[in-house]
Amino acid sequence: MTWLWSNLDLVGELTLTHLALSVPAIILSFVVSVPIGWLAHRYRWSRGVLLALCGLLYAIPSLALLIALPIVTGQRATSPINLVVALTLYGIAVIVRTAADAFDAVEPDVRQSATSLGYSSAGRFWGVELPLAGPVLLSGLRVVIVSTVSLATIGAVVGVQSLGSLFTDGLQRDIYAEIVTGIVATMLLAIGLDWAAVALGRLLMPWSRPNGSARRMALARVERVDAA
Amino acid sequence: MNLLFDGIAWVLDPANWTGVGSIPERIGQHLAISAVVLAIASLIALPIGGLVGHTGRGKELAVMVSGGLRALPTLGLLTLFALWLGIGLQAPIVALVILALPPLLAGAYSGLESVDRRTVDAARSVGMREIQIIGKVELPLGMPIVVGGIRSATLQIIATATLAAYIADDGLGRFIFAGLKTRDYAEMLGGSILVILLALAVDGLFAITQRLVVPAGVRVTRTRELRSRPARPRAVVGRPITEGNRE
Repeated sequence: MTWLWSNLDLVGELTLTHLALSVPAIILSFVVSVPIGWLAHRYRWSRGVLLALCGLLYAIPSLALLIALPIVTGQRATSPINLVVALTLYGIAVIVRTAADAFDAVEPDVRQSATSLGYSSAGRFWGVELPLAGPVLLSGLRVVIVSTVSLATIGAVVGVQSLGSLFTDGLQRDIYAEIVTGIVATMLLAIGLDWAAVALGRLLMPWSRPNGSARRMALARVERVDAA
Repeated sequence: MNLLFDGIAWVLDPANWTGVGSIPERIGQHLAISAVVLAIASLIALPIGGLVGHTGRGKELAVMVSGGLRALPTLGLLTLFALWLGIGLQAPIVALVILALPPLLAGAYSGLESVDRRTVDAARSVGMREIQIIGKVELPLGMPIVVGGIRSATLQIIATATLAAYIADDGLGRFIFAGLKTRDYAEMLGGSILVILLALAVDGLFAITQRLVVPAGVRVTRTRELRSRPARPRAVVGRPITEGNRE
């Protein structure tokens, strides 16, 4: 505990750095995944191709990705931008399948009703499909938030500062408290962002106050995705 | 693109394929660590997950545990155990086992749970005992999802076994960390390429397995109905029996 009190500044600073790495990655991966997920949902052929590609992406080990990425990005392996790109790719790999499922979950009847009311296909997407897919999208986003925050610590081994630096430094200097602080801070950050996402979801989707069974279905779908 | 060629040249360099710490040796270590971890984690997670999926009890807890473990940073766990257990293979193995539990648990329970409750009840009504139901009905039918869990656990293990080299002198990650230290980008990249290829190869094997474990005559469709009430239906006099969450 004494370590924590005398190093509060450092922890606070690293927490902010960590946020600056993971939040852009989370937002980027969400923004990119929704259209990909919609494409995968829309056409039969694209579903197989897109989901397989994202599966492959997910299979690439994070540390290896971090080091191989500079070939494509031209950044140094140790640059924060490189880490954000790597985290974004992972986020996409995680969320695209859920996004496809989210659009699948919109009842065809509802879609037809919207069309018959005169919605154009773009209007239907923004006004009907996206809002109805929202709750499932949110459940995917929550998985991405947690995994991104915890994955961002890996950057520390190649020298990108984050809460992960507490691990590498703690190991070098034999300080248990530092490592434990890092773990707890990372988890708290993940939980905090997760809560923020849920709160934002409530705000943006007041109709989706999840009733038991719908929430369970969405949850189960996410787990299935996780397993598959 | 020159970087890529450097990396590939490093992988193809015959000098790296023989002697102590050669590529084949590192691949062997990497696979051995992964196999040991997968075996230990499976022994712990699969029975528990199966039980949760079969009975439908303790699901909230299982979801919570697997969700919470996901937030646990790998590197933190690894360094903590390294301080505790010392440099060597024990620390990475313990850390990796903990990280492999959530996907295995999730795969096992959602696999068994995905089996249509009517099928399970039919099995029960023809006189199968619970253990037979698990072994002969739920497990074969839920197998693709269970294998899916094993697949994602294995990938995670192989990926994270790379980090094991941070505190032990084993596995393909060694090349990455050695390269980091000497600023030898070709070696780092070569090591990364090997890890990526290994992960993709193992993933491919699992993709094939996942198709093979579908019992003959069963088409794997995505089941829409999931249990929201206890499995055991009760007969109610005067009302038609409804069961599960059929709409």
